[in-house]
Amino acid sequence: MSTHAMSANAADANDFIVREDHHPENGTMLGFWLYLMSDCLIFAVLFATYGVVGSNYAAGPSPADLFDLDIVAVNTAMLLLSSITYGFAMLEMARKRTNMTLVWLAITGVFGLCFIGIELYEFHHLIHIGAGPQRSAFLSAFFTLVGTHGLHVSFGLIWLVTLMTQVRKHGLTTENRRRLNCLSLFWHFLDVIWIGVFTFVYLMGVLR
Amino acid sequence: MSTVNSHLDAHGEDTRNFHGHDDGHGEAHGSFKGYVTGFLLSVVLTAIPFWLVMEEVLPSKQLTIAIVLAFALVQVLVHMVYFLHMNTQSEGGWNMLALIFTLILVVITFAGSLWVMYHMNENMMPLSVHEAKNLP
Amino acid sequence: MTQMQDRSDLMQFLFGRLSLNAIPYHEPIIVWTFVGTAVLGMAVLAYITRQRAWGTLWNDWFCSIDHKKIGVMYIVLGLVMLLRGFADAIMMRAQQAIAFGDSMGYLPPHHYDQIFTAHGVIMIFFVAMPFVTGLMNYVVPLQIGARDVAFPFLNNFSFWMTTAGALLIMLSLFIGEFAMTGWLAYPPLSGAAYSPGVGVDYYIWGLQIAGVGTLLSGVNLIVTIVKMRAPGMTLMKMPVFTWTALCTNVLIVAAFPILTAVLALLSMDRYVGTNFFTNDFGGNAMMYVNLIWIWGHPEVYILILPIFGVFSEIVSTFSGKRLFGYSSMVYATVCITILSYLVWLHHFFTMGSGASVNSFFGITTMIISIPTGAKMFNWLFTMYRGRIRFDVPMLWTMGFMLTFVGGGMTGVLLAVPPADFVLHNSLFLIAHFHHVIIGGVVFGTFAGINFWFPKVTGFKLDEFWGKVSFWFWIVGFYLAFMPLYVLGLMGVTRRMSHFTDPSLQIWFQIAAVGGVLVGLGILAFIVQLVVSIRRRHELRDKSGDPWNGRTLEWSTSSPPPAYNFAFTPRVHDQDAWWDMKQRGYQRPQSEFVPVHMPKNTAAGIVLAGISMVCGFGLIWHIWWLAGLAFASLVFGAILHSFNYNRDYHIPADEVTRVEQARTQQLAALQG
Repeated sequence: MSTHAMSANAADANDFIVREDHHPENGTMLGFWLYLMSDCLIFAVLFATYGVVGSNYAAGPSPADLFDLDIVAVNTAMLLLSSITYGFAMLEMARKRTNMTLVWLAITGVFGLCFIGIELYEFHHLIHIGAGPQRSAFLSAFFTLVGTHGLHVSFGLIWLVTLMTQVRKHGLTTENRRRLNCLSLFWHFLDVIWIGVFTFVYLMGVLR
Repeated sequence: MSTVNSHLDAHGEDTRNFHGHDDGHGEAHGSFKGYVTGFLLSVVLTAIPFWLVMEEVLPSKQLTIAIVLAFALVQVLVHMVYFLHMNTQSEGGWNMLALIFTLILVVITFAGSLWVMYHMNENMMPLSVHEAKNLP
Repeated sequence: MTQMQDRSDLMQFLFGRLSLNAIPYHEPIIVWTFVGTAVLGMAVLAYITRQRAWGTLWNDWFCSIDHKKIGVMYIVLGLVMLLRGFADAIMMRAQQAIAFGDSMGYLPPHHYDQIFTAHGVIMIFFVAMPFVTGLMNYVVPLQIGARDVAFPFLNNFSFWMTTAGALLIMLSLFIGEFAMTGWLAYPPLSGAAYSPGVGVDYYIWGLQIAGVGTLLSGVNLIVTIVKMRAPGMTLMKMPVFTWTALCTNVLIVAAFPILTAVLALLSMDRYVGTNFFTNDFGGNAMMYVNLIWIWGHPEVYILILPIFGVFSEIVSTFSGKRLFGYSSMVYATVCITILSYLVWLHHFFTMGSGASVNSFFGITTMIISIPTGAKMFNWLFTMYRGRIRFDVPMLWTMGFMLTFVGGGMTGVLLAVPPADFVLHNSLFLIAHFHHVIIGGVVFGTFAGINFWFPKVTGFKLDEFWGKVSFWFWIVGFYLAFMPLYVLGLMGVTRRMSHFTDPSLQIWFQIAAVGGVLVGLGILAFIVQLVVSIRRRHELRDKSGDPWNGRTLEWSTSSPPPAYNFAFTPRVHDQDAWWDMKQRGYQRPQSEFVPVHMPKNTAAGIVLAGISMVCGFGLIWHIWWLAGLAFASLVFGAILHSFNYNRDYHIPADEVTRVEQARTQQLAALQG
């Protein structure tokens, strides 16, 4: 059975407790970063799958036949520009300028929408000419990898609009700033993945 | 158990500091210079690979691939430093640790899968000429 | 004619491929299962209604974001699903005991295939995972001196997502069918061409939904352990169970995305017609096997590492000694975490990767057994010269030490590729993994339940029925699985529902007897619960520290108050509570402060429920339902994010009242 020593010494008690209402550090940023790491692994699987079956054209079109690097360059520019405009939004947020923050977020959203629009156009074209995801394992892997990235960007855009509404409503509160920080990580992370995509899929695909 | 919102001020702003420091412990900020530098570096690191591939500048495909991959790697680092503000201090070093661990696993998953699948393909029965011609 | 086609188009749109044919009227086993389940279910609902407990159940349990309540709910889920998983097991044992020669047994092959698939899926995902998650959820915040986990709402959501996945699997029993592919659903068998029905889709969506819950839970517990430890508790002063929980959750965050991605690729093949794992158009089914085992091996370590932590706590407590070799325990756990990513190919040595690849993975597999061996010695050295008490938790621990080592040894045997070429997919393999999972995870769960039950409920579990349960389990286990080693060595393949060689039958019959004994062990556990509840006043734990424990959870009352600790503890050494007891810790009597707590919410169960509906729609190709549910999910999540008012304070005088009552109770015990 447990025992509590009877010798009373008031000072001792405080050795073992924290007298104020102890609040641990907020864990949201770390938690979100860990989630991003798990997302990174999902992309790792998709990249690995592309690596393994990406040469399986099934007597169908190959990357050189299909990829229009001009469009890819434009898209890359869209995403890169959206990254820096989000960066500017964060700078405005640090300066507590709500309206300018919203302006830069909106511009980011526009670039993001352009990216998605162009990508949808590209996908539509490929499907139209018979190079859809069912045509071969290479195309299945292509559409899934690039499409998953696009889906992430799309969800990011929904999140962006939601956050802009919340910032409009409540201002740049601590909670909202935390959320903007999380979206910032998410957005830049997607640009990092895109570096992998345009390098490994598009550029190296054309080089094969 | 009462509902108390006494921690919110007139604007609904959270005045408690139980979240720790305002932006979180060791939360890094960017600077205008930092973002622009990162952006310009990224533009260069993107434009050159695109140029090399689209204009078929180099005679050797192997060399082009190597350069393109190297530039991608560097650009990832640029993004990490200038946009994601990666450093060994944030979150007490846990961010960096998580990143390194994840990268190791990405390498294992990617390289491991390619290695294993390559060997499996090697050991598959080779196709006859007839079969190869009639691949679905 | 046109009118009939229009109606059938409408029906097709409304119901997808769901029709009354999906209900298995013609299979008496399922019909009677349904009757039994319905009767039992109604009885439970009636009981709750009679007790007028719906309000409490909803408000205090289902909507609770308290890690303690969520931990209990996980364990309850695990126990309920254990009954289903065990039913599958006993059906298989019965079939294999009688189906020889002319006797085809009572289970047609396609039914048998669903049973072994469901058995594996349920036991791994909906019994073992909830058990370890529940234990970690309940214990870790208390062990680190925290009030809750880092993200209490996500915790609740994670639990309900896991339950939603379980419910989908259970639903497959009565509406439609389950997968017939084995628990990992290898293509091409699991592809659209060879499994065109709903079975594999139930499998996919059940696991995807539960997987979201598990992944979020992983993030939650890592952040909790990293950020919310009491002041003074450095990493190397954490309890060993918390260390194993940390490493387990790292594995979860690192492994589950891979499962998510692979199942997504399989579902793309089935729904969109892509060619990742098909036989033609460039697909490669072996890539599925490769990827799924990159997840699969870390998964088994996810199951066992927390259990190693449980045993560390129990061995030190019941030996009355500090754990031997704390540092080496930590390093061993971290080593296992990293190494678990370097062994996955040993699950498919025979798939043709060749000698160089096989050798590499064979060697790494042998290496990974070493840290576990180190742990085993550390437990033994802890017991050496200790004052050992053989309470029920310690009994389970002894059973584990003997059994797990045996199972581990057969694992090292299988790690040798040439041996594996003979034994792969034989009953030897089945015996091996049940040997380690039952000896490890199951025995560990029962040890943990018996150990922490008084903390959770305020009274101990009945000792006699605990011992009965243990002995039936351990004897039953050996009888059920040792014959399988023999059969495996003789060349018998797994997943067979009928045999022609009558000389094999005796082994299956012995195994069936073993299965029955295990069933009695489960029954004895249920009796243990009932008897304990009946005798709870005699079994009451008034001090909060019934075992003379060493870690902080034993410093609280049994059960702990909602806020866990009136004041966050300050830690100076390993085994923090033991240290406090040795140094004459005095409870604070006054100057309590208001405690900041998160609010309960229905958002978790609602969102998980919508996810389940979405899954159902996807399974049955009811696209409008799936789309609507998915949109609701996104909308619901966004709506939830607009709620900034998620917490409240427990006033200081409430805290004072609770704490003073406990001080008085403890004083009464002394006197």
